[in-house]
Amino acid sequence: MQATASESPQTPGIVRLLRRARPGDVLFRVVVAIFGASVLVLAALMLWQLGFESRDSISAFGWGFLTGTKWDPVSRTFGAAPAIYGTLVSSIIAVVLAVPVSLGAAIYLSEMAPPWLRHPASFLVESLAAIPSVVFGLWGIYVLVPWIRSPVERVLGDRLGFLPLFTGPPFGVGMLAAGVILAIMILPIITAIARDSLLAVPSSQREAMLALGATKWEMISRAVLQYCRSGLVGAVLLGLGRALGETMAVTMVIGKTYDINTSLFAPASTAASQIASEFSEASFSLYTSALMELALILLGITLLVNVVARLLVWRIARSPEAIRE
Amino acid sequence: MSAITHARRKWTNTVMLGLCTAAAFAAIGVLALILGYVLFNGISYINFDFFTQLPRPAGESGGGVSNAIVGSLLTVGIAAAMGIPLGIGAGVFVAEMAGPRLGAVIRFTADVLTGVPSIVVGIVVYSWVVLRMGHFSALAAGIALAIIMLPIMARSSEEMLKLVPQSQREAALALGVTRWRTILSIVIPAARRGLITGGLLAVARAAGETAPLLFTALGNQFWSLSIAGKPIDALPLRIYQYGTGPYNQQHQQAWAAAFVLVTVVFCISLVSRLLLSRKG
Repeated sequence: MQATASESPQTPGIVRLLRRARPGDVLFRVVVAIFGASVLVLAALMLWQLGFESRDSISAFGWGFLTGTKWDPVSRTFGAAPAIYGTLVSSIIAVVLAVPVSLGAAIYLSEMAPPWLRHPASFLVESLAAIPSVVFGLWGIYVLVPWIRSPVERVLGDRLGFLPLFTGPPFGVGMLAAGVILAIMILPIITAIARDSLLAVPSSQREAMLALGATKWEMISRAVLQYCRSGLVGAVLLGLGRALGETMAVTMVIGKTYDINTSLFAPASTAASQIASEFSEASFSLYTSALMELALILLGITLLVNVVARLLVWRIARSPEAIRE
Repeated sequence: MSAITHARRKWTNTVMLGLCTAAAFAAIGVLALILGYVLFNGISYINFDFFTQLPRPAGESGGGVSNAIVGSLLTVGIAAAMGIPLGIGAGVFVAEMAGPRLGAVIRFTADVLTGVPSIVVGIVVYSWVVLRMGHFSALAAGIALAIIMLPIMARSSEEMLKLVPQSQREAALALGVTRWRTILSIVIPAARRGLITGGLLAVARAAGETAPLLFTALGNQFWSLSIAGKPIDALPLRIYQYGTGPYNQQHQQAWAAAFVLVTVVFCISLVSRLLLSRKG
């Protein structure tokens, strides 16, 4: 399977090579072409496999799966709406909280930090992006959740309780906790990629703006941020993509209630957390199939976000005058 | 009028730059705080038994996670044995062999694959390997982690191979060395430090992954070195199980395991950073 898929784009090259090249070169070329094609084959096979495994669920529920709100193995009804809602809302909270801080931090690291601080700080940010998600989850259970319960939810409930977002008893675990922990987790990712985009802006942009008498902030906002805005949007989207698919930390703090609730204090579920906590309990094929379809939806959403993000990041990184540090 | 505008511009400048500085310190501060808390809390529960003993039944004190440490080494080892060579091969293809269009397609796909949620990889490998073989195993977990490592490795090795000066390839080819010899004996050795760095970072990423292990490794209370026959334990799985369990003793071991995991990941990223920055 792999061989046919990898050779087909290469066939003319191989035929051409066979006429003139040495056998060693041909063999080597074929072998690395298979390795290279494994990336494409893997992506295609994963999509195909999930689609295949979710066929029972797709034929049983059709489009209704996307809008169904029940997840009831006993009556064999499954719907994805609460999981999709939870995934989107927790990620939106994360992005709203993380973006201002991480863009500010990226601007500081690329435009303002003294040279001796720049490298250690950047190293720290990148290393923090490597902390395993389950460790964030552990910290979330024992430190973040109690703190969210009180004071955060207590104060929000007292002051802003008239908004439907902040009603209900403060559980600690729930949508808000999930959003906050996701925000912390995507902070280093967005910061690192945004900083790379900012560093790709040619210094002539900055010099020209300063020569016109602009203040440093005017230079940053009009010459630098404007110039690489597609890269910055890409960075935010990559963070969003990470938040959408994040599993362990979210599963540990979201409270696992399969319900659509306007209050952020309420426990909820995301697609990833639902799969993580239900998959080992799936006792019949429609149940498994519904979870597979949930995974397919999750994969679809994250692929979409990542494709757009990568296109935007590539555009700035490949701009002709880009300088890289 | 212009004096007022001038004052306002200066004020905006000060405020916005101040906010950016504050954001940077807030971001690094929050993350350093979490890291410090995990390390400080975890180290107090580390003891000799933790590394040498097997888990005790729930609620009993004492015991360790030696099986999880060995299980993690085993699964990450299997993953590295598959993912790293495959990833380097893919990187070689894109950097040295593929035409610009096919190269761009593979590069883009690899980039997008790094964004696939790891739980999705786990569930796919479950239906590929666990269902076919009939049981959870270190092999299934290794395959899942290898799939996560592959695109990371492919991208980093491609970048590293591109840093090798074109003149080195041309010199070898001009001497009549074949293409494949040039790549294996000239280009890859020249890029070896970068390739090792990429491999280390991919290993660090795989070592901390939990979600893909849930349905492939499953976890195991007992000692197991079986590659294909039995479920296997891993440190991240221990952290998850113990951290969400009801017993205080287990919570302490979860913190200790988190300490070990974070220390390993940090040491790897420090070593790789040093490797890259060393001149010569």
